[in-house]
Amino acid sequence: MIEHLPAVMIAIPLFGAFVAPLFKKKQNIAAVWAILITAVTVGLSLLLMYQVRLNGVIVYVFGADRPTLVLPSGYKVPIRIMFEIDGIGAFMAISATLMSFIGALYSYSHVKAESGLEKYYALLLLLEVGILGMVLTGDLFNLFVFLEIAGIAGSALVGFRNYRGEASEAGIKYLIVSAVASLMVLFAVGILYGEYGNLNLAYISKHISFNTLDMIAFGLLFTSFAMKCGSVPMHYWVPDAYTEVPAGINPILLVSTYASLYALFRVSFTLFANISISLARVGWIMSVLGVLTMFIGVTMALVQKDVKRLMSYHAISQTGYMLLGVGVGLTVLHDPKALAEFGKTAMAGGIFHIINHIIYKSLLLMAAGALFYVTGTRNLNEMGGLARKMPITTLCFIVGAAAISGLPPFNGFASKFLIYESSYRLNPLLAVFAMVTSILTLASFVKVFASAFLGPPLEKFEEAKEVPKPMIVAMVILALLCILFGLFPDVVLDKLVYPAVDALIKVAQYQTWGGLA
Amino acid sequence: MNGEVFMNFPFIIVALLLAIGFYTIGFKRNLIKVVIGIEILEGAVNLFLVALGYVRGGYAPIYTLAPQEAANPQNMVLPTPQALTLTSIVIGVAVSALMLAFAVNIYKHYGTLDVTKIRRLRG
Repeated sequence: MIEHLPAVMIAIPLFGAFVAPLFKKKQNIAAVWAILITAVTVGLSLLLMYQVRLNGVIVYVFGADRPTLVLPSGYKVPIRIMFEIDGIGAFMAISATLMSFIGALYSYSHVKAESGLEKYYALLLLLEVGILGMVLTGDLFNLFVFLEIAGIAGSALVGFRNYRGEASEAGIKYLIVSAVASLMVLFAVGILYGEYGNLNLAYISKHISFNTLDMIAFGLLFTSFAMKCGSVPMHYWVPDAYTEVPAGINPILLVSTYASLYALFRVSFTLFANISISLARVGWIMSVLGVLTMFIGVTMALVQKDVKRLMSYHAISQTGYMLLGVGVGLTVLHDPKALAEFGKTAMAGGIFHIINHIIYKSLLLMAAGALFYVTGTRNLNEMGGLARKMPITTLCFIVGAAAISGLPPFNGFASKFLIYESSYRLNPLLAVFAMVTSILTLASFVKVFASAFLGPPLEKFEEAKEVPKPMIVAMVILALLCILFGLFPDVVLDKLVYPAVDALIKVAQYQTWGGLA
Repeated sequence: MNGEVFMNFPFIIVALLLAIGFYTIGFKRNLIKVVIGIEILEGAVNLFLVALGYVRGGYAPIYTLAPQEAANPQNMVLPTPQALTLTSIVIGVAVSALMLAFAVNIYKHYGTLDVTKIRRLRG
């Protein structure tokens, strides 16, 4: 049973997704069903991480008992679809399943008033399948298929409130971006297949020669994944999509964005790891994109009036930190001394920031969703004096805001500090930009806090009450995680983050499947 | 026409279709036309995949009851790109259906399909 874990990871949420529409008459059961399924996947992903730490890279082959099965003619190439899970894959799987669970829990009350909930939960589980597939697969075409599944399910969820025109507008924007991006991924996959006659990531990365065609393929893959992870200058769809999606989906949509970021890292670190000279240049491009992303994102956020839109611009800005951290690592990948000195720390910072950001940004977006649930508006100028009415939401918001601004002892500080001190070693200017961004982030959250929670109580919110229990529980879990990850960053770094960093750096480990070729 | 150009003909068409597709997505104002642009892009990529696996004078990639000389890999059209194309077509149908559904919904709420006027989300 345990050896089929990778397939079960996909099969269970997929099964859940196709069963969910059956609960059309009893929408409460659909919600409980989704919570149940996502809870099971959380357990499975933890088990997967444990297995990866125990046995190293897991290679799972569909339709055969071992990966070394070759063609009858004896020609030794991988001929089946493979799942290949190393540290970073398992790390992303944990993030994805955890956030799906939190999202389903939060949705239980948040979208109760809407109709068609059985489809909502089916799409939620499908989105989870898409993300899990993307992060577990070891096959380029499979990556494209799961990218499309995540894209379709995600944009359908963005347009879920279809009685609002804005939701459809955001949905089609997201869908157009993701369709064009994944078609270009497919084009690049075609180029690579034409050259190497195989779709296996490990196989191609071993044989890659980096001629002009490879360079075109790399450019296409890099651009498409950067587009899908919301890096500047292709960030325009992010605020629309995050604003319009129901707040319960926000966490999982965030992870879906970072699954594209994972694909970007996978392509840069594994597929094209053997190009030694140009990789430093790619790393510089990634770092500079990261700095631009964080700075432009935060300056756009400062002027927003819509509370969810403001936080969506912060999501763009925080993506910049991850790009910066991992970009610094990529720049010095082929320089062992610099890599040991600060490259690894930078990457650990970038990857640690992924899970930290997912946690506190989900918390903040959910707090914004709670504000919307209570007040019926997202305009900051119309809110005020809600701190007394919603004490727990206020506390959760404070924790999230402190974490995103990088105040110790919250989790944002732990990862940002790693990025500051390591990017400083590559170029001091990078670290300066990162710190300025943090201060601007704090400034904009002070603005939100002052206008939504503080101030005199408004008459129209006289009747306002705290949000229902499932929403509270979801937020409190995330707030606790924020504090725990901030207090004990070493545990998370040792158990989750450094295995992920090692998985990215040690490409040879990924390339050997079952001793073949 | 010499053979070299003829073999590259599909790839020239692919380039042409890619150009038309990107032009349509970037410069047309009607939302339906943008969707058509994406469909053209998809056609280009699918044609690219199929052309990639084509072997001139090759056999159809069906292994059961294949003639003897088809067993040599050089004589058979590659099956994988065809499978990929089929998958990508199916996914493409889902994507375009969803896009058109969004377009209909947008028309219902905004009364227009002009992308320059569908701009309630801004700032």
